[in-house]
Amino acid sequence: MTVNMTKGQAISLEKQGGGSLSQVRMGLGWQAAPRRGLFGKRTQEIDLDASAVLFADKQPVDVVFFRHLVSDDGSVKHTGDNLVGGAGQGGDDEAILVDLQRVPVHIDQIVFTVNSFTGQTFQEVQNAFCRIVDEANGQELARYTLDGGGNYTAQIMAKVHRVGSGWQMTALGNPANGRTFQDLMPAILPHL
Amino acid sequence: MTAELVRGQNHPLPDTRLEIRVSAGHPVLAGATLCDEQGRVPGVEWIAHPGSPSLPGVDVPRQAAADHRLTVDLEAVPGAVHRVSVLLALPGPRTGGTTRFGTVAAPFVAVTDHDGTAIASYTITGLDSESAVVALELYRRQGSWKVRAMGQGYEGGLAALLGDQGLERPADLAASILAAVAPEPAPVTAPQHVPEAERVRRTAPATASDPAPTAPVTPPPTPATGTGPGTGAPTPAMGSTTPTPAAGTSASASSASGGPVDYSHPRRRATPASAPAPAPEPRQAPPTPVAGDASGWSMDERLYNQVWGMFEDLARTAAAYRSACDFAESRLDRELDETLSDYRARGGGANDAARTAARARHDELVERAREVLDRDLAQLAAESEVVEPALPVAFARWDNPVWHAYRVPDGDPMAVRLGDLHLPERTDLRIPMLVRLPLERGLWVDSGRGRSEAAGLLDEVELRRLALDSAVAHTARLLAAHPAGQFTVHVVDPAGAGAAALAPLVETGVLAAPPARGAAGVSAVLEQLTERVDLLQMALRAGASDALPPGLDTARQLLLVHDFPHGFDDRAVTRLRYLADEGPSVGVHLLMVADREDASAYGPLLDPLWRSLLRLTPVPDDHLADPWVGHAWSYEPPILPPGSGVLRQVLARVAAARHGKGF
Repeated sequence: MTVNMTKGQAISLEKQGGGSLSQVRMGLGWQAAPRRGLFGKRTQEIDLDASAVLFADKQPVDVVFFRHLVSDDGSVKHTGDNLVGGAGQGGDDEAILVDLQRVPVHIDQIVFTVNSFTGQTFQEVQNAFCRIVDEANGQELARYTLDGGGNYTAQIMAKVHRVGSGWQMTALGNPANGRTFQDLMPAILPHL
Repeated sequence: MTAELVRGQNHPLPDTRLEIRVSAGHPVLAGATLCDEQGRVPGVEWIAHPGSPSLPGVDVPRQAAADHRLTVDLEAVPGAVHRVSVLLALPGPRTGGTTRFGTVAAPFVAVTDHDGTAIASYTITGLDSESAVVALELYRRQGSWKVRAMGQGYEGGLAALLGDQGLERPADLAASILAAVAPEPAPVTAPQHVPEAERVRRTAPATASDPAPTAPVTPPPTPATGTGPGTGAPTPAMGSTTPTPAAGTSASASSASGGPVDYSHPRRRATPASAPAPAPEPRQAPPTPVAGDASGWSMDERLYNQVWGMFEDLARTAAAYRSACDFAESRLDRELDETLSDYRARGGGANDAARTAARARHDELVERAREVLDRDLAQLAAESEVVEPALPVAFARWDNPVWHAYRVPDGDPMAVRLGDLHLPERTDLRIPMLVRLPLERGLWVDSGRGRSEAAGLLDEVELRRLALDSAVAHTARLLAAHPAGQFTVHVVDPAGAGAAALAPLVETGVLAAPPARGAAGVSAVLEQLTERVDLLQMALRAGASDALPPGLDTARQLLLVHDFPHGFDDRAVTRLRYLADEGPSVGVHLLMVADREDASAYGPLLDPLWRSLLRLTPVPDDHLADPWVGHAWSYEPPILPPGSGVLRQVLARVAAARHGKGF
């Protein structure tokens, strides 16, 4: 059963019945907002890119994004760029797999972001969400749906971070501006 | 529970008093050899065979029989013994039997503890014209003993097997061993049990000097049933459902692909379809690795993918470790700086305490990272231990016994091993460097010094000689990997300086023509190959491959160039560059042995040539990068065991197959 998260909420990533998870999938999805056009409703393709930044004690160590699909250590994998978005109704458009047990010991936080490569703002996006799924059984553990879009081009969606010997996911939902993750760094840092 | 082993797999032995049951369905001779740490059998007195059935700790039957029990007491074998090889041989035509394992049922061997509980079993599938086989190996590993399924057959019979273990005059030895069972034809079942038990008792005094204060050796209980019906049943389904389209292309491929192998991998989940979704294994206890548990259509392909998977895993786990160390280092620097800039604490005890704490934090993180790395390395090392012995010839090290059973393959090769790769984190964990065939780029064995430390220690002549030697070994391997007549080798040796090193190729008759000498010879060979490339390219572009001249040799071509640019005029250099660029797509490949310095007179003109070639070195050198992280890997060229005749032996078979096909 899934937890619908609100901004700032944290959940602990554990298996039901105890034990720690091994592989989780961070799925990100969005749909283009309908626009009024000459011939009724038109939708437009929206190219959003999901990235994951691996931090060790607030220093970025590695980034997984559409041009570097696997972190050097192999623990975080991007399943590939989706240039259109909104394909499935509520399905994942891009997904990032995290093997929690193989994340290097010094990495303590992984921040997930979505940014618009084409420069469209989130006003043109609806139903943007991120959800975390246990890869072992496909069960959704938590889902965080963004509030209505605004005039910004990126979202810092969530972070997965170490707590004790396990992991926790925190919904961040913070708007930012930038074309790629590099532009987002100043916006990410306060959330670490 | 009994472990059903596949070729190359090992299994720990919980007990040192063992019985090895053999069930062959036809009379075979069983024996054992004891090897020292170097894997050699020091002498005849280290072999237990029907003529001399008792050694300290090892007893074998006196007769050839369809069923055997060998008793082994690993605590009683001398301390110098590191490996006990259990071998089976066909008694030969003199006893009226067959001379090929291929015509009889696959032999089955089982290891049981002293009260008869089976520990591991292995069905030796895939044998053909071999008449002797190393069935199992019991070996010491970190103070305990393990068993490994070998299934290494020898076409040359017992003599070849004994020769491979380093014994002198193996032919005479084999003859005398076979003679011991020849006179009285053996009954089909083994009437060995009571004498066997007595022999164990007899050997006990011999082991009295052994310091191990164990209980007196008692004879293993002998089941009342004569031949042990339980052991006679072959394991079900072995080799019957092998999905190997290339079956028969290589003995090891077909023999290793049988058996109920679980092709899922604990960590590599790229192929979930092949794994019937078992409950996820707890990570603390990774399952024992199995050779060939990657995806692929044939065993070769599975092993190829497995090796590349290991390569990537090693690159990534090393990346995680190095990243953690770098981070620990930079954090330590920062924290030490902070203590320095803290004026209030400077010089006081608080400062020292802060530094100590910072160092401790650094050490703790590095230690945790090392723990993870060591765990991964151990797992990869265990996988490598299983994979290496299971590799087919094209992927195997030269010291792999699979080369002794070399047969010219029928199908096109998939890849070849060009050497070994390792990282400084664990230098003994070597990843085979497998390169897909046909080669996409030429090879260049660099005979220059470069920046390599190892090359700096050698004089120039020696380095050049090593470079040519390793080029000859690469050539031999490429020849061996291709079906008869499908790989033609041309050699250019303008000054004849490489005659000695090229001798194995020349003398065995695997070359299309003798090495080309002088400027005229060089240009003739280059012209011939250039024309071929032109012709094939034209035909390919026009889509008219049937328009090629009927006599055109369809084999892939390899041009081995020694001593470049000696004997090359400008026209020849241009042709060589053309071959390097255009050749690979139409099956014409280059193997250069050269020192870039020698060609420095050409200036930057040749830079594209060197860049287009895959640079290999005759000595270990760290110049190769992996495609994932870009670590610098240490490359080691494949080494032929010193004094080994395997290269010539293989080339002789290649040549025989070529001539057999009329090339």
